[in-house]
Formats: sequence, structure tokens, C-alpha cells
Amino acid sequence: MINAPVSKRDWESHPPLIHPPYTSTVLRGPTKPLIPLAHGLAESTGPVYGHESVQALDGDLTRNARRNGEPLGERIVVTGRVLDEDGRPVRNTLIEIWQANAAGRYVHKTDQHEAPLDPNFLGAGRCVTNDEGAYKFYTIKPGAYPWGNHFNAWRPNHIHLSLFGNTIASRLVTQMYFPGDPLLALDPIYLGVPEGARERLISRFSIDVTEPDFCLGYVFDIVLRGRGETPFEGRK
Amino acid sequence: MMSEQTPSQTVGPYFAYGLAAQQYHYPHGQIVDGEIVGEGTDTRIRIVGRVLDGLGEPIPDALIEFWQADSEGRYGAERFGGFGRQGTGTDPNGRFVFDTIKPGAAAGAAPFVTIVVFMRGLLSHVYTRLYFADEEAANAADPVLATVPAERRRTLIASRETSDGRFQYRFDIHMQGGNETVFFDL
Repeated sequence: MINAPVSKRDWESHPPLIHPPYTSTVLRGPTKPLIPLAHGLAESTGPVYGHESVQALDGDLTRNARRNGEPLGERIVVTGRVLDEDGRPVRNTLIEIWQANAAGRYVHKTDQHEAPLDPNFLGAGRCVTNDEGAYKFYTIKPGAYPWGNHFNAWRPNHIHLSLFGNTIASRLVTQMYFPGDPLLALDPIYLGVPEGARERLISRFSIDVTEPDFCLGYVFDIVLRGRGETPFEGRK
Repeated sequence: MMSEQTPSQTVGPYFAYGLAAQQYHYPHGQIVDGEIVGEGTDTRIRIVGRVLDGLGEPIPDALIEFWQADSEGRYGAERFGGFGRQGTGTDPNGRFVFDTIKPGAAAGAAPFVTIVVFMRGLLSHVYTRLYFADEEAANAADPVLATVPAERRRTLIASRETSDGRFQYRFDIHMQGGNETVFFDL
């Protein structure tokens, strides 16, 4: 599928490639300016993963890895819409999700944090947006965990999300945070986002989304790049 | 209604079981891996490379994605998805390995692969392009390569090498340093 070229990546919204308080950026972020690239066919197309790429339990992380019972922790539902900058829903697009368990421990083999694994929780899932761009997944609220960036560094509770959107240029990997988390003000990954854009990463608690006698509800809308104004022509 | 872009965040160190679970042997599905085409394709090529940090050390927790045209230059063709994904954490030498075909090119342009790079320590993903060393004439005429300062163009050219008697292309991605790879704002 060929789409209209997307708008520019807005560097007032996205973190810089080197952000020294997040120490890993210092040797990994490119130092030379990015070279502008006019969008052609390669940038106006992208991989399409829709409904056929997910299975029944993929969107329910409380059930997709059960062995002998329910995962521990606070059950939540996360829902929202994926839109482009012009407010159009991004339909039938895949969202891949991964996160720590309620104790702040990742299943990943290199996670050394001394918190328990949960035999009934993997922490990975997928869902696809519907015709309104809406998505929904059930999970366990992830715990905070320590990391080695600086003395007594702790990551705020967060869920990782990976999205494709309509073209390879609209690709986005981000993290969703929770309202009122005191660790946000201390987290160099969150604080790497320009100040005016940070709050877009914080989900909103919603009593309307909360399911009675079952789970708390959080809303997280995601905005991907919109339509470019100059199809197939170079920005300077 | 205009809304503003959701900010990017790093993929972090623990993406493997979410984005590349089968490659890393986690019990979860994976939409795609480094095998963009299977063994039955005669025109199959292998592209390998490492991702290197500012000290020249291989990065063992990068995630690389390929997006490319089929041999006719078509994107998203029915029988050729053109998309692949591999982490650098399972190869003993920290390499990514893609099995694919050489893409076709548009008139007046050289064949290339769009590469998306994610890793811990990269708050916003970056894009680069892989061109092929054996397409010298097409590379010389390519309008995008022409926008890259001449002395940096070689960072975008995959070289030909032989490994265990098998021909492959080599494309190392240097995040920093004298050979810093050209990354594009696209």
C-alpha cells in the first residue's frame, strides 16, 4: 500500500540522540547531524501487520502465559486510540507491548534485579487497532525497578509499546507511564523528552474505562506522524 | 484537529521477548525475523553486520529492522513482505544476519535497503540506508547518495566478503567515531 508521505519527525516532541543524564546515550547516540531525506516510495510505504498477525489471547497479558494460576499484581486495562497528527485514526495497525511484572522484574535473561519472576506472567503481548484506531489490552500494572544509570536510580512504572503506523517513517517505539508517579521527575529517560511534550507519555486514569469488580482503567492515546505537505518533493 | 506527535522512548535492554521472542528463545510469537526470504530462493543473499559504539565495541542489545523493495522495485508486494527484524544478542560475534534478495531500483537510482536502528541508549530510533558495493555505476548516479558528503558515502556501502566459502555482504553500523554511519532524518 502506498500512502501519502508523512510529515517530518517533530524534534520538539522527540528526545535528542545524546542526552548525557541517560549515560548510555553518550557512546551510542550519533554525533553528526541527520541528513534530510526527501520521501520517495521507500518512505511512503511500510510493513503491514493487521488482524491476521494476532491471536486470541495476544491482547491479554493476564492470560497469555498462565501455567498454574493467575498472575499476581494489580490487574489493569489500557485502551486508547492511535491517530495521526491530523486526527485521523490509524486503522488495523499492530501494537507490540512488553513490560516488567508487578514486582518490577522482566522475564529477560539479562535482568538481574532481585525481585521474583511470576510463573504466570510473561509481560509481552500484541493488539491491533480497529476502524476507529482504538486498541485495548489487559495486563498487570508493572512495578518500578532499579537500574545502573546512577546511584539509586529507579525506573518509573512503564509499559513499552512499538507501533508501525502507515509507513516506515511513522514507526514509533515509546513508553507509557502512569499518572502521579514520583519517579518521573527523577527519570533521565522520561526527562530526555522535551519538556512541553513529556506529559503526552503519561496515561490517564479513567473511572469510565475501569471495569467494576475487575480492573482499573487507563487511557493512552498515541499520535503518529501525519500527512506531509509536499509529496515526493524534497524538503530543503 | 491537529495533535502533536507522541514522543519516542528507547527500546531499552529488554525488548527481546516482546519484539524478537523466537530469535531469543522466549515463549512468545514473533511477527518476523531475519529471514526475509527462505532457502528456496536462488537469488538469496546474506547481509551481516555489527553495530558499534563510540569506543568501537560491538553493541549486543541493538535491534535492526530492514525495509526493502522486491527484485522489481515494488514495496509490500504480495509474495515478498520486504520487512525483517533481528536483534544483535544471539550471535556470538554480536552480528545481525539477514537473508534476503537484492532489491530492484527505480530508474536513475541505486538499489538500497532502509534500515531502522533501535537500542538501549537511543531515545529516538534512527534510519540509515544500505547500498551495495557491486553497484558502483548506479551508486554514482543515486540522488540520495549525492546528498551525502562524498567522504561519508562509504559508510552506506555494504562490502562483499567471503565467510566459510560463502559470499555475503557486510554492513557495520558505527553509531559514532571517525566512521560514523550516515543517518537520515526521514
